[in-house]
Amino acid sequence: MKLQINDQVHEVDVEPEMPLLWVLRDILELKGTKYGCGIAQCGACTVHVDGEPMRSCVMPVSVAVGKRITTIEGLSHDASHPVQQAWIKHQVPQCGYCQSGQIMAAAALLNKKPQPTDADINAAMSNICRCGTYKRIRDAIHDVAGTKPEVATEFTNAANV
Amino acid sequence: MNTFNNLSRRNFLFASAAVGGGLALGFALPVGKVDAATVNSAKRINIWVEVAPDNTVTIKYARSEMGQGSLTSAPQLVADELDANWDQVRIAYVDVHEHLLMNKAWGSMQTVGSQTIRNSQDYLRKAGATARAMLVAAAAQSWKVPASEITVQNGIVAHAASKKQSGFGALAALAATMPVPKDVTVKDPKNWHIIGQSMPRIDIPASVNGAQVYGVDVSLPGMVYAAIAQCPVFGGKARSFDAASARERRGVIDVFTIDGDTSVVVVADNWWRAKQALAEVQIEWDDNGNGKVDDASIRKFFRDGLAAKDADPLRNNKGDVDGALKGATKVLEAEYFTPYLSHSPMEPMGATVQIGADQVQVWASTQAADGLAGEVAGALQRKPEEIYVHRVQAGGGFGRRGGGDYARQAALIAAKLPQGTPVKLLWTREEDTQHGMYRPLAMYKLQAGLDANNTIVGWRTRIASGSLMSQRIGAPLGKNGDAMATEGFSRLPYNVANQDHSYIERRTHIPIGFWRTVGWSQTPFAREQFIDELAQAAGEDPLQFRLRHMAQDELSRHILEVAANAADWKTPPAKGVFRGIATTEPYDSFTAAVVELSVNDAGVIRIHRIVQAINSGHVVNPNNVEAQLQGATVWALTAAMWGEIGIEQGRVKQSNFHDYRVLRLSEMPKVEVVLAPTGGFWGGVGEPGQAPLLPAFCNALAAATGKRYRTLPLRQYGLTLA
Repeated sequence: MKLQINDQVHEVDVEPEMPLLWVLRDILELKGTKYGCGIAQCGACTVHVDGEPMRSCVMPVSVAVGKRITTIEGLSHDASHPVQQAWIKHQVPQCGYCQSGQIMAAAALLNKKPQPTDADINAAMSNICRCGTYKRIRDAIHDVAGTKPEVATEFTNAANV
Repeated sequence: MNTFNNLSRRNFLFASAAVGGGLALGFALPVGKVDAATVNSAKRINIWVEVAPDNTVTIKYARSEMGQGSLTSAPQLVADELDANWDQVRIAYVDVHEHLLMNKAWGSMQTVGSQTIRNSQDYLRKAGATARAMLVAAAAQSWKVPASEITVQNGIVAHAASKKQSGFGALAALAATMPVPKDVTVKDPKNWHIIGQSMPRIDIPASVNGAQVYGVDVSLPGMVYAAIAQCPVFGGKARSFDAASARERRGVIDVFTIDGDTSVVVVADNWWRAKQALAEVQIEWDDNGNGKVDDASIRKFFRDGLAAKDADPLRNNKGDVDGALKGATKVLEAEYFTPYLSHSPMEPMGATVQIGADQVQVWASTQAADGLAGEVAGALQRKPEEIYVHRVQAGGGFGRRGGGDYARQAALIAAKLPQGTPVKLLWTREEDTQHGMYRPLAMYKLQAGLDANNTIVGWRTRIASGSLMSQRIGAPLGKNGDAMATEGFSRLPYNVANQDHSYIERRTHIPIGFWRTVGWSQTPFAREQFIDELAQAAGEDPLQFRLRHMAQDELSRHILEVAANAADWKTPPAKGVFRGIATTEPYDSFTAAVVELSVNDAGVIRIHRIVQAINSGHVVNPNNVEAQLQGATVWALTAAMWGEIGIEQGRVKQSNFHDYRVLRLSEMPKVEVVLAPTGGFWGGVGEPGQAPLLPAFCNALAAATGKRYRTLPLRQYGLTLA
């Protein structure tokens, strides 16, 4: 099978039903896409297939043939994508494990809706983060969009004594 | 808030491979390009500080990083005392093997109990001050000037009178030979310039482009993959298995049992093939007699514990509670229940092991790297010094990775393969959910009396729960009950003249472990709701009722007032909106929370506002503390609404995120974090945020609905979160 991943063509000899996630991780050594649940619940495995965010843990690799696949490694070559930059600026990740998926979901959302509302963000960002970085994810998306969260939060940093 | 634009990864150097003696086997460490020449020419001033000729300073980090941020904040302690230039600071994990050979010279590697900063701040600050003094001594000797006239600022050592100055690099070789000062003075906090600053976390850049390497991402030449099925009933084992068709599948290398037949393993040329083949293996399990245990039998066993005669009285008991309750005007009694919970970090359990003739290489996400080496050594009957544990970022820990069961299994699997074969074990999410080390189930029976002035005159607590000390650690329980299970009751912040608290262990076959915030994740659910029940009986504002009973607890009063003021407690909320408040004293910190919510007729909860306040004494990295409290909010609300591991036929009912529900972004409420450090002490920050939030939330719910919610999770009451 021929796969077009991050603008490169890869030839793989695997079972057609093997999920794209495991082809990426174990055959092509693209480890940035993560396994979290295997049942499309958590979104850690999110990649773009023809620009659409897809959960690669339940997508048979045969379905991806002939489509443009982008993984976190291909989002930018130097972490310069606006979403990646906003993630750094807002210090979003804690453990970071889910963040490849979060970033791919956010990038797809912003691509489709450059100025998403909070409702748009709620609908698009169903990925699970156990560390609880959701507030910063929302802030970072709004920052890229140049919009303001309706659910604003403040941080009072009293002086260190 | 600080901004973090234009960050590079310059601070993030993983030099353990080079410094530790070339043990990395060609394994590409996650980020930061290590210039081997620089590393090898670096001078070790002391075990924490290495200085290279180009003035870069490598600060060693002994604990693990799993998202809590101390990979950045702990080195801030060293860098500040060193008066280093933060831009020249690199951070490297301590090599675990060297640590073990040097009799654990770097202190504890345990990344547990919100203790990295508070337990190491003293020796880390002194390490920085000592290295600084040795650089000064070197400068004094080479410039022939008195050390007392030398200043160090932002990585520059200078002598004003002679106009001499130098970076650290040129002085490092001589400094390393200087006598180690016996007593160094650390700075007055008012002179801190790196401590207390929101330094960007050095691991974050690698987390946004897929470069961060976690335990499950390790890849070695010739590596094979293992999938595992552990006996669904804890303590049971495989009586027999039929792997005939599984062995026929593409890529399958072997099928066998490990660890006294407790698990069946398939090894294949990639993990998906191993997992698919494992599903075809027909396994007959022996449940070891626990196949009939279920939620009802467990709850009966615990409830019986609430009435048992042989409970351990706590050390803080005093006075005559029976007498006090007899004389009370009002007596209240309530039972609270908190279920088993799974950690479910996003990175499932797994480890990679390669066994050589005289070396065993282990790569794993862990919260206790040195302990992991011991577990692997024990499993393989090897000497601990033959074990080389390589650390990587952990995809969440929350207490689950304090135990090394998964690395132990990977080692046992590697031992069954031809010597030298690297094998990566990965659990499915289902294995992770069903083979956790669960937050202990606990029941609380509380009784208290108010006198005519509505003062609490007597308080009785009975706790029945699993004991982490006895069941998890294997330490005998003293006369004072289990320290973790009784947190919050073993020292009430409220003045009550007559107190009688007792604890009884309830041990089942369900494995238990340290779950983020441990006892403090559950005892405040009972204590801080019961205080509200007493306030209600007294007809008094719950804040005032608390403050009136904590006359001598200045820091508890302080944090309650900070939270209340930030939440405008004195201004009544809008019509239909209700508030709850709670306070706790976890991990040497003081935390209080206020939750504002409304509930509609359909039981849909809308959270309007959350205020989280913490006094951790000092704050090393404010932005990171804020992140920890935001995360703790998610953790607490998840436990409140949906968190439950149930048992049927001796095994866990839940299996994945569809039935072990966690909070998602759309449900994330508005959270305001207030840092209110008073100085004078060092408290933890990773876990304390959760402690007051759960009861504050439940108190707000009680205010809104007129009902008390004493059994978790709240889903069972028909409540949902908007």
